[in-house]
Amino acid sequence: MILPEHSPEKASWLLIYPDTYEIGLPNQGLQILYEILNERSDSVAERSYAPWVDMSREMRKRKIPLFSVDTHRVAAEFDILAFNLSAELVYTNLLECLDLSDVPFYSKDRNTQDPIVIAGGHCTYNPEPFADFIDVAVLGDGEEVVGEISEIVSNWKSKSENEMDRSGLLEELAGLPGVYVPSLYETTFSDGRLISISPKLGKNTNDLIEKRTISDLAAWPYPKNQLVPLTEVVHDRLNVEIFRGCTRGCRFCQAGMITRPVRERPREQIVSMVEKGLKRTGYDEVSLTSLSSADFSGIENVISEVMTQDSCSPVSLSLPSLRVDAFTVDTASQMQQARRTGLTFAPEAGTWRLRQVINKLISDDDLFAAVESAYSQGWRRVKLYFLIGLPTETDQDTLGIVDLSEKTLEIGRKYHKNPSVTVSVGGFVPKPGTPFQWFGQNTEKELLRKIYLLRDAAKKIRGLKLKWHDSRATVVEGILSRGDRRLAPVLEKVWKEGGVFQEWSEHFNIDLWRNAMEEEGLSIEDFAYRHREEDEVLPWDHLSAGLHKDFLWQDWRDALNNQGLEDCRWTPCYDCGACTGYGIEHVVASAVPPAGGSQGTGIASIQDNGIMVSISKSETTESLEFLGVNE
Amino acid sequence: MRCLRIRYTKRGKIRFIGHRDVARIWERTLRKANIPVLYSQGFSPHPRISFGLALPTGFESEAEYVDIYLGEEFFMNDFDSKSIQQDIDRALPVGMDALGIGIVSTSEDSLQEAVDACIWEVRVSGVSIEEFKKIRDEMFSSDSLNIERERKGKLLVEDVRGQVHSMDITEEHGDGVTILTELGTKPRVLRPTDLLKRINSELRTVRVLRKEQLTLQGNQRIEPLSIELHPAAPTEVLA
Repeated sequence: MILPEHSPEKASWLLIYPDTYEIGLPNQGLQILYEILNERSDSVAERSYAPWVDMSREMRKRKIPLFSVDTHRVAAEFDILAFNLSAELVYTNLLECLDLSDVPFYSKDRNTQDPIVIAGGHCTYNPEPFADFIDVAVLGDGEEVVGEISEIVSNWKSKSENEMDRSGLLEELAGLPGVYVPSLYETTFSDGRLISISPKLGKNTNDLIEKRTISDLAAWPYPKNQLVPLTEVVHDRLNVEIFRGCTRGCRFCQAGMITRPVRERPREQIVSMVEKGLKRTGYDEVSLTSLSSADFSGIENVISEVMTQDSCSPVSLSLPSLRVDAFTVDTASQMQQARRTGLTFAPEAGTWRLRQVINKLISDDDLFAAVESAYSQGWRRVKLYFLIGLPTETDQDTLGIVDLSEKTLEIGRKYHKNPSVTVSVGGFVPKPGTPFQWFGQNTEKELLRKIYLLRDAAKKIRGLKLKWHDSRATVVEGILSRGDRRLAPVLEKVWKEGGVFQEWSEHFNIDLWRNAMEEEGLSIEDFAYRHREEDEVLPWDHLSAGLHKDFLWQDWRDALNNQGLEDCRWTPCYDCGACTGYGIEHVVASAVPPAGGSQGTGIASIQDNGIMVSISKSETTESLEFLGVNE
Repeated sequence: MRCLRIRYTKRGKIRFIGHRDVARIWERTLRKANIPVLYSQGFSPHPRISFGLALPTGFESEAEYVDIYLGEEFFMNDFDSKSIQQDIDRALPVGMDALGIGIVSTSEDSLQEAVDACIWEVRVSGVSIEEFKKIRDEMFSSDSLNIERERKGKLLVEDVRGQVHSMDITEEHGDGVTILTELGTKPRVLRPTDLLKRINSELRTVRVLRKEQLTLQGNQRIEPLSIELHPAAPTEVLA
């Protein structure tokens, strides 16, 4: 074990995942940046996670501040506190970590001695709800930009104390592509609506901040030394990222929209990362991660190379996202050589019509063929994942979920006496940067009505187990997902009333949010349930993931006309903006889509169930699980 | 069938890792060290390894043992105990060191059955050396020492006086003493913390370290490993 080495010239980063260690440790983004920063000569990085409530109580009692897990260094002594934000419900944990660090909440209240507070991760595509609390937000891939930030901060540190000017430093950072400094921008509201967000007068900064994209994944074979925790964590296995980005174009999926284009890692590099990784860590399970792993050119060859590795113990493989039309008998039998992991398929919607609306183009038959492969290869339990509250959804679509599940069970009965299907239902939250960003989310009541509809229909079916996400949590996610700067005092109030770890059902408290919204004179209806208009200023209009707003609007109109859109990896470009705007291209080894399925464009996921078991909460709420899928 | 029996330490920060996680650490360690452990049969095969008396989380140890089940071919001609010990030691995390290895037959007693007593080093605070001597001598002069213990949801009263074989003061500190005590493990393990709390509720234990696990044969005290130890240097660990 090598401990990070500090020195006065280095920019020191504390990378914080504002959830428990068990959830945060496996985060690949954080581990990648941790390694890159520690390899550089001008930076050093350590890690921290949000202490659970019993721990933070003891820390406050004994006046122990937040500290790093690596060398137990006090958080406030770092130059940079960098938060990884991947879900809305952790926002109050950001405040909790700042409070435990004894760092002022608001950017405007911090002085030269205080650390620079940075946020990264998918939530930075709309950082406005927490914009007042951070100094800097970084959009997109972090591999290159963390070095550029380190250079500026390390130079700044070499200045004499009276030369150090915090706002000057922030302006310098704002000059970097992909870096957003909220304090340099001004928001104007009129009649309770945002009417503009633009650079403050006299500030030399960009009108539009474009995300960062690394063009060649092969140049960044990280993490090279994946951390192996001594205690059990979620995703406790070797994780190797096989490609980044996805152009399947599922309209509800923020990850698929904001991470374009597709960049595959060379096959030889994947195999060598797996081989070295297994030897070094001692893990017996490897996950080939991406947003849709079967879309990797020649995935079958990668799977067989990984499975036939020279090793003295059996290795099991998990593919967190695999299209149903690629899940064949062959794949199934290859994958179950070691331990048999759980299987989850994600049709997302109950009818073909609605799947066209959301652009998840898999047919009923694709799904049935996949579950047939699974059941015939010995799996007895299958998990299906769906969203409710999607645009244009009717009760017929909702009940289609039960219908599909029942047919799945019937296939299971051909192979097993008591097959089971677990149906997990999440409430849809419209996300910034997607074609559905204009859609008014279903109300809490409407979601609950749909859940009861499903519950009643599912009751009569033997072997069918229904789980659903707490619709009250969906409401809060909706408020924050498309919120603006008026939410800062709401977050502060919820935190003050003890509202931390809100993505954990045992801590989630809707009343704290309702009260805080009311006290601030803000309406939930307005933030979450209201359809946005075409010419309306959206709080993230000054931030870009590359996709043109008119492309997104057209895609939204197509959705309402039940019109699907094929994957642009293998068809002509639709000019969404993600490639052309940055002069980059898809990096794919195969010019044709993988064979199989009705369209060759279906998507579904099969994933290892480990995470769901190990963080299982009450029967009805598994917020973490769904947050991940819904992003 | 034969097993590889390994004596190892658990010192420093890693003392806070629970027994289940230690088992998982061993599974990874054996794969890293390329030890061809046998796997159980069935739906979910697991490596066949077994541990002796569980060490309470938070206690340190210089005498933990694990048995690794291996095929007979592993012990053939080129079996080199020294290099195997090195490979394992290198694969273990900070705070865990492989001190020695031996070969046992699976027909012998299990580790748990074989061990009769443990020697503990305990750092006690809130007591002067004179006070502690008095407390100890009082305990040794009495014929019985009843401790209430919960077992399977029932409260049992057990006399553990016979399980206290020895208790010596080895060091004096400003705020307490360090003691070395041998405690019997039959019929049930007697924890030094429970014992000290029972003999005087004011005593506070700061750190507990298991020094030895022993098999008693008459007056002989035998270590569960029959071969010589290659002691590893203690590791500096952030506590």
